[in-house]
Amino acid sequence: MTKFLCTAKVVGQYMLNATTKQIDLIVPEIARTAVPGQFVNVQVSRHTAPLLRRPLGVAAVNREDGTISLMYRILGEATRILADACSGDTLSVVGPLGHGFDLTAKKPLLIGGGLGLAPLYYLAAALAKQKPAVLMGGRIADDLFWQDIYQDYCPEQYLTTDDGSLGTQGTVMALLPELLTKGYDCAYVCGPVPMMKAVAAACAAAKVPCQVSLERYMACGLGACLSCSCGGVGKRLKVCTDGPVFWAQEVAEW
Amino acid sequence: MVKARSTHRLAVNLAGLKLKTPVTTASGTFGFGLEFTDFLDLHKLGAVTVKGTTLLPRAGNKGQRAVETPSGMLNCVGLENPGVEYFLQETLPKLAKYKVPVIVNIAGASPEEYGELAGKLDVPGVAAVEINISCPNVKEGGIAFGTNPRAAAAVVRQVKDHTSKVVITKLSPNVTSITELALAVEAAGTDVISLINTLIGMKIDIEHQRPLLGNITGGLSGPAVRPVAVRMCYEVAQQVKVPLIGMGGIMNAADALEFFLAGANAVAVGTGNFVDPTLAVSICDGILEYMDRHKVQQVQDLVGLALPGGKRR
Repeated sequence: MTKFLCTAKVVGQYMLNATTKQIDLIVPEIARTAVPGQFVNVQVSRHTAPLLRRPLGVAAVNREDGTISLMYRILGEATRILADACSGDTLSVVGPLGHGFDLTAKKPLLIGGGLGLAPLYYLAAALAKQKPAVLMGGRIADDLFWQDIYQDYCPEQYLTTDDGSLGTQGTVMALLPELLTKGYDCAYVCGPVPMMKAVAAACAAAKVPCQVSLERYMACGLGACLSCSCGGVGKRLKVCTDGPVFWAQEVAEW
Repeated sequence: MVKARSTHRLAVNLAGLKLKTPVTTASGTFGFGLEFTDFLDLHKLGAVTVKGTTLLPRAGNKGQRAVETPSGMLNCVGLENPGVEYFLQETLPKLAKYKVPVIVNIAGASPEEYGELAGKLDVPGVAAVEINISCPNVKEGGIAFGTNPRAAAAVVRQVKDHTSKVVITKLSPNVTSITELALAVEAAGTDVISLINTLIGMKIDIEHQRPLLGNITGGLSGPAVRPVAVRMCYEVAQQVKVPLIGMGGIMNAADALEFFLAGANAVAVGTGNFVDPTLAVSICDGILEYMDRHKVQQVQDLVGLALPGGKRR
């Protein structure tokens, strides 16, 4: 798939919760071709610091308007600068990058934690006809602001929080084993590594196919720098170009 | 806009290695070139310098391999590559279609291994080999040869004995006197010197109270190292006669021009490729604009103008 280096125009930014924002960009070349699971590499500043682009999963696409939406947590200098971008500003964006999810599931289960729920949101839209269920985990209730966002595509939602302030107390693993007995034919997972590892193991035990979307520090996003390389079965995997989505059994080094 | 006569004005001959433009890519920052074909025409590059290649495939280092630092980045990839046989069978034929000179960066664990690699790469389609005696991220070889003039010279002699190609030696900045190394590799017969590789640095993860990178230390690149690179280029240019390829944090034409004026005959774009994947080609527009403004016909007329006496020795 052709990758583009584009000048994207900011058309809106919204707070999703205290530390998470959504930015909408007009970037027709990418909106036309991006599939769920792919990401873009965004240059937040034209100065030498922050220097590198920041990879962000595509969270939504509107092909008619030529827009894409990205969701990100304000964590460091780069995301603070991004959070200050106003409508009309332009950003340099490279994408779409990587390979997306396999979309052939008939009864999909999406499992996400933290910002892993951003790329899964585009997947939920793409699988809307199959009425995907979503299992989402957070530390506290405020982390699960996603439940409103997901409502249109995923009326069937399962929630867990570490402190029990919303949904079942514990991690997604508190609910997953039982859910895996309900006939889902594919699990789609994106979140912290310990979560993905545990979910992949549970899916393997229950013989439910499982796709994971990995996140690794990356500099180029193009397969050149090898910063994001990880061990696969019998070969090295580049998270940026071979992934970020893999079948769980392809990943040997989490 | 690139002017009609641009190719001619930007041409450079590095000890027989003829480049259409004086801009190549720094090894390890451009993959095998094929990763960038959506963004630029490889044919418009002076040369493609590919990822460090070893005799056998290498998996590279474990743990986090890169992190951004002020105006730069640290990496400890550790020469992950599919090995020379894979390169010759799979990658080189694909690169041949683009009709661009290919420089292959090589790394070994002994002078003999460098020689063997050079021999295997003495094939059509390879324009030059670049001896990597400066990788800070591997235990054997690499920088161990790059910090000792006698060891560096031994590697260069082995490579020269096994190849008919132009031999470039890439120097490490992690030495007390880079000119000492430059003189040693020149005396051993290197045709060209490239400089600099990365500066060894590290980053501490303060929340986990431990080094952040998997290999503890990493190589610093990007604009942060440019003043060091320009200084080293300026020093080496006054001591050796062989052509120089200057690199270190080049992000635009003005940065590249510093290297030419400090004595480099050509330059390489490294970390800048990650930020702007078109940079190694687009930078030529700015170089030509500067040449027009300063009424300089050939880019080679700029080489060394900032040196004492205004030229290379």
